Amino acid sequence: MSITKSYSRPLDFKNGRIEMSYGAGGRAMAQLITDLFAAAFDNPYLAQGNDGALLPMATGRLVMSTDSHVVSPLFFAGGDIGCLSVHGTINDVAMMGAQPLYLSAAFILEEGFRFADLKRIVDSMAKAAFDAGVPIVTGDTKVVEQGKGDGVFITTTAVGVVRDGITLSGDRAQPGDKILLSGTIGDHGMAVLSQREGLSFDAPIVSDTAALHALVAAMLDCGASLRVLRDPTRGGLATTLNEIAKQSGVGMLLNESSIPINQPVEAACEFLGLDPLYVANEGKLVAICAAEDAERLLDVMRAHPQAKEAAMIGEVREDAHGFVQMTTKMGGRRIVDWLAGEQLPRIC
Amino acid sequence: MKYVDEFRDGELAKNISANIAREANPAHAYRLMEFCGGHTHAISRYGLADLLPASVRLIHGPGCPVCVLPVGRVDQAIRLATEAGVILCTYADTMRVPASNNLTLMRAKAAGADVRMIYSTQDALKIARDNPTRQVVFLAIGFETTTPPTAVAIKQAAAEGLKNFSILCNHVLTPAAMHAILSVQGGVALDGFIGPAHVSTVIGSQPYEVFASDYAKPVVIAGFEPLDVMQAILMLIRQINSQRNNGRATVENEFTRAVTRYGNLKAQQLVADVFELRESFEWRGLGSVPHSALRLRAKFADYDAELRFNSEYVAVPDHKACECAAILRGEKRPQQCKIFGTVCTPENPIGSCMVSSEGACAAHYSYGRFREITQ
Repeated sequence: MSITKSYSRPLDFKNGRIEMSYGAGGRAMAQLITDLFAAAFDNPYLAQGNDGALLPMATGRLVMSTDSHVVSPLFFAGGDIGCLSVHGTINDVAMMGAQPLYLSAAFILEEGFRFADLKRIVDSMAKAAFDAGVPIVTGDTKVVEQGKGDGVFITTTAVGVVRDGITLSGDRAQPGDKILLSGTIGDHGMAVLSQREGLSFDAPIVSDTAALHALVAAMLDCGASLRVLRDPTRGGLATTLNEIAKQSGVGMLLNESSIPINQPVEAACEFLGLDPLYVANEGKLVAICAAEDAERLLDVMRAHPQAKEAAMIGEVREDAHGFVQMTTKMGGRRIVDWLAGEQLPRIC
Repeated sequence: MKYVDEFRDGELAKNISANIAREANPAHAYRLMEFCGGHTHAISRYGLADLLPASVRLIHGPGCPVCVLPVGRVDQAIRLATEAGVILCTYADTMRVPASNNLTLMRAKAAGADVRMIYSTQDALKIARDNPTRQVVFLAIGFETTTPPTAVAIKQAAAEGLKNFSILCNHVLTPAAMHAILSVQGGVALDGFIGPAHVSTVIGSQPYEVFASDYAKPVVIAGFEPLDVMQAILMLIRQINSQRNNGRATVENEFTRAVTRYGNLKAQQLVADVFELRESFEWRGLGSVPHSALRLRAKFADYDAELRFNSEYVAVPDHKACECAAILRGEKRPQQCKIFGTVCTPENPIGSCMVSSEGACAAHYSYGRFREITQ
């Protein structure tokens, strides 16, 4: 005998808004999960419908990473908080040299948030996860009172496996190694900033948000001795290089002329007084590799659609003080320091 | 990028650098003060010290608005935000300036005060319009460059009858500070000035003529791009060489693409309509300098936050170990301060010069500190 499904009014994706009941654990929450999240993220693991996803054991070492996303505005040229939350966490796993396998997603929704916006975000996440081949297998939803959130916050966690023989770590950079960058800097941060309320300016700048695991796989497959991979997100290229220099106990010398940057990004940074070295990226990576393999690795990167503008931007040096220095376009020398304070609030 | 790359051309820089090396007499010292923090920043960010011979020494001046604001002025702003409960609007850098009781505007904000970072005076007006039941105070700081936008805001507020808007006026004057630098007994020895860029677009080159005629100090007004600075240094060296052969000091203008002798008369008129000279104003580093700052004229007194909230300036001494004062007078270099780079860093500034990216200490820490350490 089958149970007759009782009628429930469909979610109003046009004019509806999140109410407290959608996080209360009752029928409303169940409906939100089934009709929105499960429908969009559909995959066999999520469809198990249990408290956790039961996953097949993978071979190799596990990599796990988590990231919370609080970007404002939620929608920007080239993306939104949804695809960003998928790409960002996949990239964190990929930077370990791992193949990302599964994602989880937790949502904190603010009472009054429009269903239409939530659906747009969830659909964008679903597409990003599908395109990347990494299913969202479990999740959670909470609702907070109006004024206690900012529309939606999303936390994602990714699990991946790294095959034997690959060890990437921020402490492996050695003097003499070359520093490679996969493309232009500052696109994501300036795309978000250009659309922020109170600061909006017209600029043809599009976020670079993208999942980079395919590029990483190509780089690993070429057999170059890669030491470190890292995606220069918050704090930009400068912060990422300083992190690596500190972890590895080395210095670096960059060449300003070799760092690629899109002209609209450069112009926008110029008139806002920002240094593009500190502006966030969401679809770029920094690779540190042995000098003898650097040219070959650069060729592999440039052959990949996500790193056509890859460049060799400097080298690792011995330096007890761990300074990241740069030869400027003017021919002088400067430090590229850690970011002090915050250059921009909430961009990822 | 057009209008930018031309002024950051490495090849041209090499040429100017070679000319400087050829023309600067190695037996003489060329002690040049760049008045503006904008120049300090450019010099550090582009590593220009590497392009100059040892005989040329650049001395950082007091032209950084955040740096010269004394502690007592920041205290006033914090009190307005915490005690008077106003919405305090401020440019970003001021948020991190250390004030009394281990406070900053940023910390006051974290503790619940309504402090808002704005990008222009228009943002402050908008906040006032959007919050008719709240008092909104704009912390007005800066040299002649930022004064006209404040004047515009005051005129707009008056025209709109905006009753809940006022300013805490700390606008200061460049020539007065240059006089003060040159008048300090036993102060820094200078051979010339790299003159302000943006300030001069407003006031013109004429106000500096007195420094050439009365103090025999050459002044070359320069833009904020690195090639502007290099060219200005070359022009100063030529003037100083000529002075040493009985020539006269003059005011030269390297920044002709933006600066004229008499400046922006419309902006000057606007400022004169709205503001009048203060008898005296206390600067960090320079102390009380007569006729060195502005306050609102009587007809705009309604918009003066000091009057509206009965807010009084109380002088507060700087942190004992902090050398900001001597650094602002050009008498010490950042690295000569005992707490530079140890207790005092951009993350945890003790003195104001470590706060703004135009501050001498912050610029040296962020871009140039490798020089003493690794060489």
